[in-house]
Amino acid sequence: MKTKKRKIMGWTFVIPASIMIVIFNFVPMIQSFILSLKRGSGTNMIFTGFSNYKRMFQDKIFKMTLSNTFIYLILEVAIMLVMAMFLASLLNDKRLKGKWFFRLAIFLPCTTSLVSYSIIFRSLFSVDGFINTILTNLHLIASPINWLGNTWTARIVIVLALLWRWTGYNMIFFLAALQNIDSSIYEAAVVDGANAFQKFTKITIPMLRPTILLTAIMSTNGTLQLFDESMNITNGGPANTSMTISHYIYNLSFAGNPNFGYASAISYVVFILVAILAFIQMKVGDEK
Amino acid sequence: MSKRKFVYFGKYVFLILVAIISIFPMYWMIVSGTNKSVDVIAGKILPGNYLMENLKSLLDTTVLSQAMWNSIRNAVVSMVLNVFVCSLAGYGFEKFHDKYKDKIMSILLLSMMVPTAATVIPLFRMFGKMGLLNTTVGCILPTVSTAFMIFMFRQAAKSFPDEIIEAARIDGVGEWGIYFKMFLPIMKSTYAAAAIVSFMNAWNSYMWPLIVLQNENSKTMPILVSGLTARYTIDYGSMMLAVTISTIPMLIIFFVLQKNFVEGITGSVKS
Repeated sequence: MKTKKRKIMGWTFVIPASIMIVIFNFVPMIQSFILSLKRGSGTNMIFTGFSNYKRMFQDKIFKMTLSNTFIYLILEVAIMLVMAMFLASLLNDKRLKGKWFFRLAIFLPCTTSLVSYSIIFRSLFSVDGFINTILTNLHLIASPINWLGNTWTARIVIVLALLWRWTGYNMIFFLAALQNIDSSIYEAAVVDGANAFQKFTKITIPMLRPTILLTAIMSTNGTLQLFDESMNITNGGPANTSMTISHYIYNLSFAGNPNFGYASAISYVVFILVAILAFIQMKVGDEK
Repeated sequence: MSKRKFVYFGKYVFLILVAIISIFPMYWMIVSGTNKSVDVIAGKILPGNYLMENLKSLLDTTVLSQAMWNSIRNAVVSMVLNVFVCSLAGYGFEKFHDKYKDKIMSILLLSMMVPTAATVIPLFRMFGKMGLLNTTVGCILPTVSTAFMIFMFRQAAKSFPDEIIEAARIDGVGEWGIYFKMFLPIMKSTYAAAAIVSFMNAWNSYMWPLIVLQNENSKTMPILVSGLTARYTIDYGSMMLAVTISTIPMLIIFFVLQKNFVEGITGSVKS
């Protein structure tokens, strides 16, 4: 009698949360797949098979946003994780004074919302923005650079903004992991004549493997879904050359004539990419 | 010895440089909010006395106070529901676990891989039919239950001793009583960390509110701030003031609850 009641209670605890995840994640995922096989708008949608998926191969903007997303992914994740690891190992030094200040300062950007920091960077790098004013006053450039109006400078501003916002965030994970490494391992290495570089590559990196895996998966997932920055720093411009996939999906469905079918097909590509990359990273992380 | 000193000197120079780069954009944001737009463009980086004028211009031309209220209300309601529903589930999945619940949990975790962009279109259509567009409920509902938060509480519940539960049951305390009177108070640091993460996510959320809240009066701060860049001539002073105002709650939480803040971010994903 009692155990039965307890059983019911157990289910009572877990069912509300579980049902909500099913309704707001899994059901839309299935609906999204069905939508991706349809064409038209509103209630007049008809099945067209895989034509939306075929259309992607012809779509220059889709290819552009896909490659942009990968450019951000490769540049940002690689530079950021190396920076975060490097900063964390600098700050893990017991003899370093003012550690708390550096940690605080480097983590501070995480308090800004994604829209806020995007607008800060957009303003700093605008034609009449602070960066141009300073560079002109220092006579480093003759006339203001249109950072956000040129393809590569616009992409670089987005990468710089991402690095600024997320390096400190990832550094915190590395710091937490480093504090768990037993310092006697390093002392033993010093006795064996290891230098700083060897200590870093032979001890620190292997010990940090789980954290590297975790931060890599998190930032890959985040970068593949990049939206706020593309929307607010460059608005995808110039001529869509800095737009991300999520931004394109948004534009296809909510800006101008909605094309839910095609947008859903593209969103499935994002889903598959996230799944494949997470799988690869977990395999690589496990094997070594 | 002097070589070591030299290395330390290099470290400090590097760290100070990184600290300046980290702080400067935020300093510039705050200072620009107190300056005239022309001064901001001219590169002024000292505080000015134009704060009130910027604030007045924001209040006159935007729904600033309404947006601030919407943001606070949505974030607080979302945080409370999110933490409550997910802590209940995390506790249940850990302390009442059987093979079915374990299986369900691992299925729920898959939802962390579902990109927002893939769910917003069906959700938008679903909420349109249910009449939930432009409502707080519509804005909050999809974020009430998250696999991430359930997982965080399930991991934390592992450290909650089964003996306490057994002893309470013998004393005749009901299951809800155990959850509310024992689990919740004992795990309060987990709750604090979870609340911060949850509030931060709700406060910053942009894509879904942008889609579901299309009415001027239901706008949240990120949408309002983002809209300021779409104007024909951008008033940098008041725009930066708006950005600063939307950042203040996070800054307060960060400085007051620093320890929990960092714990919330790292602790939530450990193991």
